[in-house]
Amino acid sequence: MAHATQSTTIVTSTEDNYLNHEKGIWSWLSTVDHKRIAVMYLISILTFFLVGGIFALLLRGALFNSGENKFWSYITPEVYNQFMSYHGIIMVFMVIVPGIPAVFGNFLLPVMLGAKDVAFPRLNLASYYIYLLGATIAGSTLFLGKIDTGWTFYTPYSIKTSTSVIMAVLGAFTMGMASILTGLNFIVTTHKLRAPGQTMNKIPLFVWAIYATSIIQILATPVLGITLLLLGAERALGVGIFDPNLGGDPVLFQHFFWFYSHPAVYIMVLPAMGIVSELISTFSRKTIFGYTAIAYSSLAIAAVSFLVWGHHMFVSGQSEFAGIMFSVITMLVGVPTAIKLFNWISTMYKGSVRLDAPMLYAIGFLFLFTIGGLTGVWLAATGMDVHFHDTYFVVAHFHYVMVGGTLMAFTGGIFFWFPKFFGKMTNDTLGRISWVFIFTGFNVTFFPQFILGAMGMPRRYFEYHPAYEPLNQISTVGSWLIGFGFLVALAAIIHGLVAGQKASANPWGSKTLEWQAPSPPPHDNFPITPTVTAGPYEYR
Amino acid sequence: MNTWFSTFSANAFMPIQGTEIAGKVDGFYAFLLISSLISSIILIGGMTAFIIQYKRKTATDKTAYITHNTMAEFTWSFIPFVIMMVIFYWGKVIFNELRTMPQAGEEIHVVGVQWAWNFKYKNGIKQYTKDGVTKENKIGNVEKQVMVVPYNKPVKLVMTSNDVIHSFYVPGFRNKQDVIPGRYTAFWFKADKLGEFQVFCTEYCGLQHSQMPATIRVVPEAQYAAWLDSNKPSAASNDGGISEVAQKGIELYENKCRSCHSLDGSRVVGPTWKGIYGAKREFESGASVNADDNYLRESILNPAAKIVKGYPAAMPPYAGQLSDEEIEQLIEYMKTVK
Repeated sequence: MAHATQSTTIVTSTEDNYLNHEKGIWSWLSTVDHKRIAVMYLISILTFFLVGGIFALLLRGALFNSGENKFWSYITPEVYNQFMSYHGIIMVFMVIVPGIPAVFGNFLLPVMLGAKDVAFPRLNLASYYIYLLGATIAGSTLFLGKIDTGWTFYTPYSIKTSTSVIMAVLGAFTMGMASILTGLNFIVTTHKLRAPGQTMNKIPLFVWAIYATSIIQILATPVLGITLLLLGAERALGVGIFDPNLGGDPVLFQHFFWFYSHPAVYIMVLPAMGIVSELISTFSRKTIFGYTAIAYSSLAIAAVSFLVWGHHMFVSGQSEFAGIMFSVITMLVGVPTAIKLFNWISTMYKGSVRLDAPMLYAIGFLFLFTIGGLTGVWLAATGMDVHFHDTYFVVAHFHYVMVGGTLMAFTGGIFFWFPKFFGKMTNDTLGRISWVFIFTGFNVTFFPQFILGAMGMPRRYFEYHPAYEPLNQISTVGSWLIGFGFLVALAAIIHGLVAGQKASANPWGSKTLEWQAPSPPPHDNFPITPTVTAGPYEYR
Repeated sequence: MNTWFSTFSANAFMPIQGTEIAGKVDGFYAFLLISSLISSIILIGGMTAFIIQYKRKTATDKTAYITHNTMAEFTWSFIPFVIMMVIFYWGKVIFNELRTMPQAGEEIHVVGVQWAWNFKYKNGIKQYTKDGVTKENKIGNVEKQVMVVPYNKPVKLVMTSNDVIHSFYVPGFRNKQDVIPGRYTAFWFKADKLGEFQVFCTEYCGLQHSQMPATIRVVPEAQYAAWLDSNKPSAASNDGGISEVAQKGIELYENKCRSCHSLDGSRVVGPTWKGIYGAKREFESGASVNADDNYLRESILNPAAKIVKGYPAAMPPYAGQLSDEEIEQLIEYMKTVK
């Protein structure tokens, strides 16, 4: 039984699709079609990812040797600190935070809901240009004064440094605006534009994830915006908010910053969880286990994520009691996260599992996110975190969550929805090879960093004790494997675009609504609005 | 090469233990390691088993239609919850111990600067970075700040920063604490192993962030006393057992504070300093606090912030009039007024 009863009649698509509906570069730049906006986001984000990735490779290259003599004499402590900052700022604010919602949310949310577009198409285009403007402002610092604060902009260092902090925070502020507008758009779309018969418990889990993410985006991002403006005002006008010399409190900045940036972790990872739910169900050809539990645990994580920011600050000088309270609440986030992991694995039980490239990435997510999640529990325990705080253990932990989680899901999502985006298939062998390199390389890079952290190696060090050298060298070699893996993935994408076989409407045999539309979908997604009679995972 | 490194491999990669608490942290670490390994085996092993066992055989495989299982879902919510509460509580116990300052023992002052640690002893010894040694002062190349401390005796560090936030981290003690400008934070340890322990800065503080190594050298108590004696600044005229730093505070007291604050418990304009350090202060607002370094600092710089009950808000703020060093001298002196 098809998911949408009326949709079977529309699969015999015309040649008209959103890619050739209008022609010319201007028709793209001025489009209000959510699918074209998604493709423009995809191109921008992949470009920024490439830049952030090059910074990462340079960083790891610099850390190959413990001393000050790096592989390239250009890399001095000053330059290293800039690379470290740009890697963080680009990857967080330009790639991982907007990534999945902007690309897959934009493309899929309306199609999954049987709608013609998002609720506010023009606002959607505005969001894209605001994002691009913010990225340009932040990126301009590369040529105008650089930035060396790390992505966290901690005061009072960010007040004292001579680099262009104001431009960088203005860029992050502007990108935050785009994030808020996108979130608003998605919330309204989810509530108002669902197809007839599609109740909230019949929407795909990806929509649930994007919905929960959007709530965090509109509630938390304004706090970041205000904080960054205060920081800018402090630098430009000398108001004493964070600077102790002017009567300010530098730790207050950390409270403000993490009040956004901890929920932001879930902005980064909840959409990835949404993708993984779709992938596991499709490639196990089995109804998702615990739909309600996964959907509501997203909301639970979103809610609790606002109450745990102090776990970044156990050694910051906040009160001992506050630290203990943040620790126990953080443990509570672990429960819905564990529920999700168990649900995904149970979905495979008695399923029909096929390891195409997208599924390999989903499996990679489960593997790496398990490790990232478990080590998160270690760091949530106050007595243990005091030792690990600001060491490579933390670096390894959050890369397991953000790269092992979000980027794995993002890449899996590209291979999964590529036929829907472009009407062509990618070469599955190339996709699998890219996975082998990325997955192996990731573990070679970041697992040694857990050990380095246990050994006490602090993060953001240009030079380090020679005893840490062997593990750092393993880590650097791993980064080359990751880099090569992403190049293979890029090759698979380009090969798919140029020479990919024509894709059918539903090449993976999935049950969610977007696969009922032609590949690629026409301008209006569905010629006739579909009526939904069954849930999104009815594999019977 | 440092001795602290040699036994790394002996203890699941944790540094050599320098305190009793470090042993407790490592016990907790072992529990986390083992319980995480078991959890990983259940999750990743289960996943792998299902992938192999339920491999797709035909393009039209029929699968079981299982939407949920309340018992299983309760189990895998409840058991992780219980384990996480155990982990929380275990962590809390250790955290309390790390953060509960000893009542007696040595007190050493630590000042973080870009990019070195300064150590100040009560008898006037100052362990400052020599000028211009930052390049030679790198990790693994000897020249570091040294903090000499007695064996098996509690040592409390009162820490502040001159510029940006730093963090004082001793891997061997499994302890770290941010060092914040304009405020005091505290750190304590009782070293039960002789030898040298590495100190790192772990809060990013700019260009030479990785160039702030220091060493804590733990020596027997007799040797410590001898070291204190032989390194004491020669000009020190120590009377009444008051520390060199506090000595300077007396002069400041005579010039600036005496007209309003007594030393013998009598009421003048403001509260007496007799026994002030550590005493409970009750305020007009109804709140109360024990007079610690941070409270005293605030009350000197901005007295109006907390007015002691029954006293007028008459004291002028000294922000901008006293240097950090002078405030420290005053507080040190207050500690001696018993």
